[in-house]
Amino acid sequence: MIEVKNLCKNYGKKKALSNLTFSVKKGEILGFLGPNGAGKSTTMNILTGYISTTGGSVEIDGFDILNNPIEAKKKMGYLPEHPPLYLDMTVAKYLSFMFDLKKVSLKKEEKKQAHIKNICSLLKLDDVYKRIIKNLSKGYKQRVGLAQALLGHPEVLILDEPTVGLDPKQIIEIRNLIKGFGENHTVILSSHILSEVQAICDRVIVLNKGILVADDTAFNLSNVEACVKYTAKIQGDEAEVLEKCKQLDSVKDIFSLGEKEKGVYDFIVEGEVGESKDIRKSIFDLAVENNWILLGIHTNEMSLEEAFLNLTKDIKESDITKKDFSQVLSDQETPNAEELEQVQKKDLIINSIEEEKDVSDI
Amino acid sequence: MLAIFKREIGSYFNSAIGYAYLAVFYFFSGLYLFLTSLAYNSSNLSGVFGSLITISMFLVPILTMKLMSEERKQKTDQALLTSPIKLSSIVIGKFLAGLFIYVLGILITVVYAITLSFYAPMEWTVIIGNVLGIILLGGALISIGIFVSSTTESQVISAIVSFAIMMFLFFSDGFFQNIANPTIKEFFVQMSFFTRFQDFTIGIIDISNIIFFISFIVVFNFLTVRTLEKRRWR
Repeated sequence: MIEVKNLCKNYGKKKALSNLTFSVKKGEILGFLGPNGAGKSTTMNILTGYISTTGGSVEIDGFDILNNPIEAKKKMGYLPEHPPLYLDMTVAKYLSFMFDLKKVSLKKEEKKQAHIKNICSLLKLDDVYKRIIKNLSKGYKQRVGLAQALLGHPEVLILDEPTVGLDPKQIIEIRNLIKGFGENHTVILSSHILSEVQAICDRVIVLNKGILVADDTAFNLSNVEACVKYTAKIQGDEAEVLEKCKQLDSVKDIFSLGEKEKGVYDFIVEGEVGESKDIRKSIFDLAVENNWILLGIHTNEMSLEEAFLNLTKDIKESDITKKDFSQVLSDQETPNAEELEQVQKKDLIINSIEEEKDVSDI
Repeated sequence: MLAIFKREIGSYFNSAIGYAYLAVFYFFSGLYLFLTSLAYNSSNLSGVFGSLITISMFLVPILTMKLMSEERKQKTDQALLTSPIKLSSIVIGKFLAGLFIYVLGILITVVYAITLSFYAPMEWTVIIGNVLGIILLGGALISIGIFVSSTTESQVISAIVSFAIMMFLFFSDGFFQNIANPTIKEFFVQMSFFTRFQDFTIGIIDISNIIFFISFIVVFNFLTVRTLEKRRWR
């Protein structure tokens, strides 16, 4: 359905994309992952014909986006990073305008107004149908943006961070909606929420600094990491737990997430995969030995974050190697970079734990 | 094209711009009607038309300043440029919307003429020449305004630059009066909107003047299309 070959884009001297090649089949949901400035939005803007390429080609269902833009664009619905809303119009008028602009052709039995109404009720926009877009909240604006992308049942949906600004309940609804669409449409979406990509997408492409660093299923990507992680809730002295746990052979790494309840600390414990000794057991034994109370222990489902960090880290290092080999070798630089990585890693894990909690609250 | 035209017209009247433009236009044309015709018990409307070109020069930049720049600022151009329509339809739709509001303003002079015709004989050829001339002139100004608007994200810059270009084109004969080289001087005299408009005001419909204004409209609308297309250049 979508064929991207050797896509390059330069902004002046800066390379935003280099040699990006991938294809998306019909009925596939593809996720774009990458840190800020990785080239996700640039790729989407090129796919939809908003900006040009410096080199390479994009074909949508056989139509080249530069040579045959009208045909290619007819097949697409696009929700950009900032929803393209005319703030002075009402939702009804805006959607009607977008319907005309996209030259949507419906089946005989389907009427324009009914079609727009259907999409509005799908996205729960009925309450604001007659209101001026300027006065809507961010979540509603995002949904109006999504509604305009869905107009005319496009074969390809391109969504740039579709769940930004929505409340958790809506996020789940929209995710399910996109998943439903993926059954007979092709969907490309970008997101910075990794669990979202894991939940929706069949396949994930990881971009870093304009280079494709991974193209695999979310499941395979998260299994790259060769270690297991657990969150342990222990009532006891923080420093003592850290110190004694580090002495265990089976524990690769441990750090504290801080005091979550009075006197109770959460720890992330890392052990190697394939280790004959289960680290859960060792931790339990250690707790009994030291009179700590082990209040809970569970597996961390954050492995995609790890894979993501590893993938983006690799590129960073190889980039530095190319540029200035001697600098990397110098003793002062390397530990700093590693420390930074550690802090980043910790932040990410903490964030995703909080996020999981939010979702489980619902 | 029709969708864009309808949206722009709606946008003029959803905001205060459309109403403010027409109100100011009607007020000044009415004032000049009183000062140059009614006060002298004359049915000669040339004073009104003469003043209208100055009013147009001041007001057209306000009409066109947001047509393209606002799209870029609000990122709504992403919707336009990723829709299956030609770039020329976008530009023509917007041009026609601007021209529609402009003509709505100009038509008040026809109302004056018809009203006056009940009391005094009118020179209809002069009226027709004037209305045709001022519409062509407005079209040229609007196409310039849209072009300038497409090159910037700021409405203010768009308005100021359009105004500067329009003023230059209006009075280019005056600005270059002291140039010794007769060819250059003649070029600027011929380029002057004011000189070109003069013939229309006395009822002479010269085909070269019509072609002059139409070429301006075509060239500047073409330039606007190219500005939009620039994003797709490799």
